Amino acid sequence: MAPILEVEGLTAAFPAHDGTARVLDGVEFAVEQGETVGIVGESGSGKTMTALSVLQLLPAACQVEAGEILFRGSNLLALGGRRMNAIRGEEISMIFQNPRSSLNPLFRVERTLDQVLRAHRGLKGDEARRASIELLTDVGLPDPERILRRYPHELSGGMCQRVMIAFALASNPKLLIADEPTTALDVTVQLQVIELLARLQREHGLTLLLITHNLSVIAELCDRVMVMYLGRIVEQGPVTEIFDRPRHPYTIGLLSSRPTLAGDGRLSAIPGQVPDLRERPGGCPFHPRCPYAQDVCAEQRPAREQAGPGHWTECHFWREVAP
Amino acid sequence: MSTSTLAGVPARAAASGLGPRALARRIRSNPVTALGFAIMLTLILVAIFAPLIAPYGPEELDPSNTLAPPSSSHPFGTGEFGEDIFSRCLYGARWDLTIGFAAVAIGLVLGCSIGAAAGFIGGALDEVLMRIMDMLSAFPGFILALGIAGALGPSLQNLIIAIALVNVPIYARLMRGSLLVVKQSSYAMAAVGVGAKPWRVLRWHLLPNTWAPIFVQATLQFGYAILDAAGLSFIGLGIHLPTPEWGVMVSLGIDRIATGEWWVSFFPGLMIAIAVLGFNLIGDGLRDLIDRRQR
Repeated sequence: MAPILEVEGLTAAFPAHDGTARVLDGVEFAVEQGETVGIVGESGSGKTMTALSVLQLLPAACQVEAGEILFRGSNLLALGGRRMNAIRGEEISMIFQNPRSSLNPLFRVERTLDQVLRAHRGLKGDEARRASIELLTDVGLPDPERILRRYPHELSGGMCQRVMIAFALASNPKLLIADEPTTALDVTVQLQVIELLARLQREHGLTLLLITHNLSVIAELCDRVMVMYLGRIVEQGPVTEIFDRPRHPYTIGLLSSRPTLAGDGRLSAIPGQVPDLRERPGGCPFHPRCPYAQDVCAEQRPAREQAGPGHWTECHFWREVAP
Repeated sequence: MSTSTLAGVPARAAASGLGPRALARRIRSNPVTALGFAIMLTLILVAIFAPLIAPYGPEELDPSNTLAPPSSSHPFGTGEFGEDIFSRCLYGARWDLTIGFAAVAIGLVLGCSIGAAAGFIGGALDEVLMRIMDMLSAFPGFILALGIAGALGPSLQNLIIAIALVNVPIYARLMRGSLLVVKQSSYAMAAVGVGAKPWRVLRWHLLPNTWAPIFVQATLQFGYAILDAAGLSFIGLGIHLPTPEWGVMVSLGIDRIATGEWWVSFFPGLMIAIAVLGFNLIGDGLRDLIDRRQR
């Protein structure tokens, strides 16, 4: 079966007078129908830009220079505004990082949901109300009738995120993109939202593209994971593969900077900082920070090589690197 | 947890202050703003009921009693034709409030439309519109109004147009600025993300979230509009005699101050001062009440 979403050679940049900041540099991946795929990486690695580019919500200053985004075989980048608008919501929905500010502060929850239900399902009045209650129940909100009359500021962050998920699901999308859905929430609520997303994914047969910098969220929720660094996917594969047998020094660095129960309480960090996007290192983008780097890394960009079943990495020395 | 509650508190307070009843309660609890509203309401009532309150007609002359100082029969004295200054001050509220309201309304609609178009569509249109606005605001407001009123010729209508045009860049810039801010908001992006059409996003998600600073500005501008109207009429570019407009009345008595008949100019001038003060107090109060960034 053909993948529901295929991104090929996606390159995007912010042109500026003092150098072009290339935020995406040849991003390539595919997502199968019904899969949950995570994108992980540091701030500035291009995770959010990748997500926004799928919905064509990139900031106006950001230009796509090359590549294709195929959704069910048709290139989204070639679609006009009107047809793209039909895909948004109807086929692909997105939830954002900060749930409270993702809801119009002047609308009661009822009105927010009503607008989507009317636009996408043609529901009005009592029908829309019934559908809203159903949606809110579905995302696990108690007493939906009461929630409908609330403004976003009257709800907690977790409730707002549930409403936001209901809002994104109201139009019955096939693909849900979640950009850091748990980052702004406190830890106990994070787990609830993750469990909710997992359940909705199962029950609705959703395809879920999850963006996070939290590896635990990936481990909990995803089938596959893609590791991004400086606008490139440097390693991707099934979650168990990547966690147990990482084959890219950056992934190893990410994994070892997590707190563990067995550890001595000290966290290891990846040395250095994400470089300025206007001065991308030549060769392998990670080489200035890589403990395994050798001369070749600064000169040659590593090819994408298969390191296991469904497991791809971009490192000259992937055979040698090990956690 | 702590961040979400902390963030929630001011937002909650601000939003509960947006309902009409809650707003009324807040206004009452702030004496300065309440004073502003009291002044505004009094002026509106005076304008409406002027014929009932005023002891004389606005153009009623008593040639036997000219330039009389304030007394019980003429509380503000009389002018050089024997007109009753008090009655004319009351009738003046009709003219000045109308001019202020019309000028602000026209300026608001024009300015907000221009600002919204510039901010929403952006690109070349934004550049062109905002550079025109820059050109307009390069002139001191009163000088520009003077030029426009002078070019159009003195009349009530032209006076309103002149003052309105001076205000257009203020609203345009405010509207564009607010719009650009809310355009970046997650809820606007979320609305686009579920397939809302552009005009829908503008109508329901952007514009309703921009009104607060504009509303405050309009209230403040109302006072200045009255001041400008009076100023233009004072130098003869606005309304003419015998219209009981405060600026005209001040100019009528200006020569008399030196000769001791201060009341001819003083009382209409006081009316202008009170009206401007009232609207400024309201504007300042509303800014504190509505604008959540200032809390």
